[in-house]
Amino acid sequence: MKFKAKVWKVGDNINTDLILPITVFYETPEKQARMVFSANRPGWVDQVQKGDILIGGKNFGMGSSRPAARSLKNVGLSCVIAHSLNGLFYRNCVNFAFPGLECPGVDQAFEEGDIAEVDFEAAVVRNVTRNVTLNGRPTPPRLLDLLKAGGIYPLLEKEGLIAPKG
Amino acid sequence: MGMTIAEKILAKKGGQAKVVPGDVVTVEVDTLILFDNNFMPSIWREILKLYDPSRIVVTLDHRVPAPNQQAAAAHATCRAFVKRFGIKRFHDVGHDQGIGHQLVADHGYALPGTVLLCSDSHTCSAGVFNCLARGVGAPDVMYAATKGTTWYRCGETVRYELEGKLPDAVTAKDAFLQIAGVHGAHATQNVEYGGPGMANLSINARKTLTTMSAELSAEFATFEADETMLAWIRERNPTAKLEPVHPDKDAKYFAVRKVDLGSLEPLVALPDTVVNNSHPVKAAAGTRIDQAYVGSCANGTLEDLELAARVVKGRRVAAGTRFIVTPASAMVYRDAVRSGAMQTLVDAGAMIAPPTCGACGGGHMGVLSDNEVCITSSTRNFKGRMGEPSSKVYMGSPATVAASAIRGVITDPREFLN
Repeated sequence: MKFKAKVWKVGDNINTDLILPITVFYETPEKQARMVFSANRPGWVDQVQKGDILIGGKNFGMGSSRPAARSLKNVGLSCVIAHSLNGLFYRNCVNFAFPGLECPGVDQAFEEGDIAEVDFEAAVVRNVTRNVTLNGRPTPPRLLDLLKAGGIYPLLEKEGLIAPKG
Repeated sequence: MGMTIAEKILAKKGGQAKVVPGDVVTVEVDTLILFDNNFMPSIWREILKLYDPSRIVVTLDHRVPAPNQQAAAAHATCRAFVKRFGIKRFHDVGHDQGIGHQLVADHGYALPGTVLLCSDSHTCSAGVFNCLARGVGAPDVMYAATKGTTWYRCGETVRYELEGKLPDAVTAKDAFLQIAGVHGAHATQNVEYGGPGMANLSINARKTLTTMSAELSAEFATFEADETMLAWIRERNPTAKLEPVHPDKDAKYFAVRKVDLGSLEPLVALPDTVVNNSHPVKAAAGTRIDQAYVGSCANGTLEDLELAARVVKGRRVAAGTRFIVTPASAMVYRDAVRSGAMQTLVDAGAMIAPPTCGACGGGHMGVLSDNEVCITSSTRNFKGRMGEPSSKVYMGSPATVAASAIRGVITDPREFLN
């Protein structure tokens, strides 16, 4: 899994209420994605190009178990890279097959609009604009397999444990 | 080198001799809790086979009674699921209802040395019972329900050594705010609580610390086991086998930090974020509030309601301020009626909501309008958490919230309790 695209930057402690606000709790995943960062960055979702990369600071994704990773995926982002990721958010990245990478210092190494080149499996992040390369925390093999297979639901469907999406 | 509590339970339930930070471990799940949000149409996937229905607890808690058709439909899906698989531990709306994490305490569902899983982020609450518990994603719940296992990535552990005794009018919520204010986020780390001061904290008080550890972004939050905790479970779940897990004497911690409970004072977190945002109440004192809220899995226990009642006894809630009190379970509600706390609260002008997550998540029972200000004893003060993004949420102890309700402005509770 390799990505090369423009980066968007957010700060430390970005929480799940900002990513998936409660006001769209009952809506479809597609409508939920329209509301990402509506409280702190209105209009942002319309500026994102498919494949763009999001860079966060410390403790990205803190908060609830709501499928915030799914919303970021549905916005069109290819991956999120942060100095550190909240553990529950990280699980949902794996669960919903949205690549999330921890890479200490990444928030200092990029300015918004820079171009990033990411080798997710090798956990290598390069700032093409500034010619800086950082090493992140590689995704453990079994989690990588799960993520590459599309997350948990396709696996459980295949095994006949949950019904196909109606 | 020895292991911390979390590492030891991971090793035990994962069938490994040793677990160290960085390991990804597959563990057996002993207890699995599903709740109404799991059954919401945008989340629910129909389960065809269950690994073991006797390991499952089901509760309706986030939105009860149903505030709209979507929630009602989720409740109906939930009831059909319970019926289909013959799940016995079902907490439907009514006599047995409650917030899942409170039910765990009420009924002794979380056992020491075992693994408990639920897709609510405050599931680490059950760590008060020396149980390895954490919030996971809804798909993780589907996986554990159908396959009986889950994975955990082991992080390093920070140990908090509690010392001394909390002064009057200072609570475990203030102790949490002290930790969150000074040490900030603990992303990728476990927290472990112990030390001589834990003997001076009730189970309810300890539970505030483990529940709020979700706000530290902790992976697991576990208390050491002691006789007080074991007696609590025995009383509520007499047939349970209790096998507490103690940290090794030479366990390796990322850090060991002392918390002197006796030196603490009432604190508040200012709006929009919990970590690195705690201040003495006086920093916000005098701020006009529209709403005051006591409730949630962190602070909706009998002890919390009784503390709020002590503050408001013989007084009236300020004009123009709404004081909403939400017992965390029907059992807590009944106990608070018997103890007289409910009478005192209602006499003062508090509105009592049914046991539910309610206003904590901005779902119902106290949603905030544009620019409104709330002080809450619940779990989060994120922007937009309790309603409109322009609203402001301060967080403090039930005593601070109750004192603020009486004055209509943020108020230090010590003048009411000393």
